[in-house]
Amino acid sequence: MHELSIAQHIVELVRQHVNPADAKNVAAIRLKVGAVAGVAADSLEFSFHAITADTPLKNTRLEIEHIPFRIECLKCGVVSENETGIVVCDTCGSPDAKVLSGAELDMTEIEILEAVQAAT
Amino acid sequence: MSIITVERKVLEKNDELAAQNRQMFEKHHVFVLNMVSSPGAGKTSILERTLEELKGFIQTAVIEGDVQTDIDAQRVAKYDVPVVQIVTNGGCHLDAKLVWDAMRNIDLQAIQLLIIENVGNLVCPANYDLGEHCKVVVASTTEGDDKPLKYPAMFRNASVLIINKIDLLPYLSCNLNTLKANALRINPALTVFETSCTANQGIAAWCEWLKKRAREL
Repeated sequence: MHELSIAQHIVELVRQHVNPADAKNVAAIRLKVGAVAGVAADSLEFSFHAITADTPLKNTRLEIEHIPFRIECLKCGVVSENETGIVVCDTCGSPDAKVLSGAELDMTEIEILEAVQAAT
Repeated sequence: MSIITVERKVLEKNDELAAQNRQMFEKHHVFVLNMVSSPGAGKTSILERTLEELKGFIQTAVIEGDVQTDIDAQRVAKYDVPVVQIVTNGGCHLDAKLVWDAMRNIDLQAIQLLIIENVGNLVCPANYDLGEHCKVVVASTTEGDDKPLKYPAMFRNASVLIINKIDLLPYLSCNLNTLKANALRINPALTVFETSCTANQGIAAWCEWLKKRAREL
C-alpha cells in the first residue's frame, strides 16, 4: 500500500506550490501515472481522500491521466503500445527497443477556484 | 479559476534524498546494492552466503529493512559485519530518508560495499530510489515462472536478477527458461544469476561479479 506514502508526497507538493490561504480552494490536482509506474489509481485516490478528509484539501479531486507503456523498436522503427510493460516489438518481435513512456508518476497542474474567494 | 503549472515528479523529494545518499556513497567509494523480492524468496540467505564469500576480500556493511523484528539483523551480525536494522512498523518499503538516517550508524570510510535488504514486497519498493548503484531482484523458483509478468515494475527497475532455490526445480512446475525469458521480456538488460543457498550453487559466480563491481567504484 505504497499509494498512501505517494499521497503524502502529493499533499507535500501541493503545500509547496499553493499559498496556505488558497488550500481550501484547490479544486483539482492533475497527475500523470504510467501503465508500469506500479501505482494503482484507485488506491491512490482512496489514500489521498483518506489523509485529506479533515484538511482544506477535503473537496479536492485527483485527476489521473493514464499514460500507456510505449516502445520504439530500434530494428524496424515501429512505435507500439501495451499495458504489460513487455519490451518486445509488436511488429518484428525484436527486444531491442527504446521505452518512450509508461513509468511516469508526475504532478502536472493544480487547479484553484478563485470564485470562492471572490464571493466572500 | 486559475491553474498552477507544477510539472514535477511526485516522488521528487525521495529522488533528491536518494541523490544525496548516492553522492555520499560515491565520496567514500562505497558500492551499494538494494536487494528486493517477495517475502521468503531468499534475500537474507543469499546475503549470508555472500558475506561468507566476501569475507577477507571486500569490507561490507548491511542495512536490514523489515516491517517488524530484528531477526534478520541478528542472522547477519553472526558474519561479523556492521549491521543496522530499520523496522518500518508496517511501512511496506524503505525510502531514501530511512537509509540516510541509518547511514549515520555506519562508518562509510571503513567499507567498500553496502548491501541494503529491502522489505519483502514485490510491489512497493520499486518506486523508491534509495541511492543504490544496483537494484537486485531475487525471484525464487517456488514462486513460479510468471512473476516478472505479474510484477513488471520491480523487474523493470532492477539491473540484476537472481533466480534462487534452483535446487528445487525437479520438484516444481516452474520452468527456469520461461522464468528467465519472462524477466528479459520486461527488461532485456538484466544480468541473470542462478543460485541455491542450501546446495551452494551459483553463489561464487554472483560474488565474483559483485567483487568486480565493488572494486570498479
